[in-house]
Amino acid sequence: MSEPSSPLDFLPLVQRARLRAVGFDVSFPAGARLFDEGGEADRFWLLRRGEVALDICVPGGQPEAVMETLGAGQLLGWSWICPPYRWHLGARAVTAVQAMEFPATDVLALCAADPELGYALMRRFTGVVAERLQATRIRLLDLYAPHAGGPP
Amino acid sequence: MSTVTPPLPYRVAETRAETADTRSLELVPAGRELPPFSPGQFAMLYAFGIGEVPISVSALHGPHGGLVHTVRAVGAVSAALYDLRPGETVGLRGPFGTGWDLDAAAGQDVLVIAGGIGLAPLRPVVHAVLDRPDIYGRLGILVGTRTPGDLIYRGDIERWRDRAEVGVTVDRPGPGWHGSVGVVTTLLDAFALRPDRTHALVCGPEVMMRHTARTLMGRGLAAHRVQVSLERNMRCATGHCGHCQLGPLLLCRDGPVVGYDRVERLLAVREL
Ligand SMILES: Cc1cc2nc3c(=O)[nH]c(=O)nc-3n(C[C@H](O)[C@H](O)[C@H](O)COP(=O)(O)OP(=O)(O)OC[C@H]3O[C@@H](n4cnc5c(N)ncnc54)[C@H](O)[C@@H]3O)c2cc1C
Ligand code: FES
Repeated sequence: MSEPSSPLDFLPLVQRARLRAVGFDVSFPAGARLFDEGGEADRFWLLRRGEVALDICVPGGQPEAVMETLGAGQLLGWSWICPPYRWHLGARAVTAVQAMEFPATDVLALCAADPELGYALMRRFTGVVAERLQATRIRLLDLYAPHAGGPP
Repeated sequence: MSTVTPPLPYRVAETRAETADTRSLELVPAGRELPPFSPGQFAMLYAFGIGEVPISVSALHGPHGGLVHTVRAVGAVSAALYDLRPGETVGLRGPFGTGWDLDAAAGQDVLVIAGGIGLAPLRPVVHAVLDRPDIYGRLGILVGTRTPGDLIYRGDIERWRDRAEVGVTVDRPGPGWHGSVGVVTTLLDAFALRPDRTHALVCGPEVMMRHTARTLMGRGLAAHRVQVSLERNMRCATGHCGHCQLGPLLLCRDGPVVGYDRVERLLAVREL
């Protein structure tokens, strides 16, 4: 697909530069685990290339169940924003991934120093959380099932 | 258009399994031929002795030059159609309905967004756009299904990848699925949407279409640039029985394809 717009484009150039200054480029090979459910949520990523699967542990020695995948142009990770600052899900690179990584402490310090940037960023992340919540609700309806219509 | 025609006998020239419960049927006239269909229109397919249901045309010309319909077996009539074998006969009325407004999309990017069997009425749009690259801009095809096994037109989708920006996502991945998981709108993030020069054509369950249309509008697409295909229950298909009414619209005549600007408010009403 052609180059998507960046989810940070909403920030004015100066603030975007300030945010990018604390970020750095990272890459992960296919199959790498980015984080595990319950681990300390101390960073987030802006995905540039590749796909990441968000998964959840299921009991009985089964492989993790994939809940959702994220790809280029999407933000990965919001658990660093609010307590208990633990990852709700795990994340694994499905394909080779290139991303920009942002350490939560640096970003939170930036937000404290520039509340306008903080407000804009928190609005952006609230949007991400709201989108994922809405998507989850819609999937609960099991819309594409042969006799779909909603939960029993 | 509400062309009133008696059911004409059509012969099944070929069938093709799409998924465990879905089959495409190519139908050729056994005698007189119906007027030509356009993408997004539907026929009333009559399984003799069982009943008649609306089914969209999923290709205007199959390998034998006939009309192709893709049927998912959900009840008595669709199961009887699904069971038809080559050489057997079915009754056909049509063409019915508005069809996709491809003229409005001329000179623009076309974004096709399908949920489940909703890809069937959109497949002729993909054919039309791929046939005329001089008329249309970029083509995006985003498809969401329940499981990988529910994906129809797998071979077509692989071929389309060479000439269109294609994304497929499933709600429930199985072992061996390495593609996207999640609602179809998540695929939008990878499509460089140009809101002022894109037309989106959406077909799937009504909730999915509403969610998709709202997401597109959230990305700056005007409601009149979004077309949806509303497939409510139908009986006569000629604008007489009132079965398919949605507010002021009779969907067999004024639909199934309508601009989202015309139905946005109606789709939010619980019962009409
Ligand atoms: C304009 C239009 C185009 C359509 N195109 C296609 C197509 O290309 N391929 C395809 O497989 N189906 C299509 N359908 C849906 C198809 O008409 C229904 O699945 C069919 O009428 C079911 O009839 P039945 O007697 O087999 O099942 P029934 O016994 O009547 O119903 C079985 C189940 O399907 C549901 N159902 C019945 N009718 C509809 C409907 N119109 N829409 C959604 N759910 C329904 C019922 O609520 C029930 O849960 C289309 C419908 C419309 C209105
Ligand atoms: S089905 Fe539309 S009026 Fe009868």
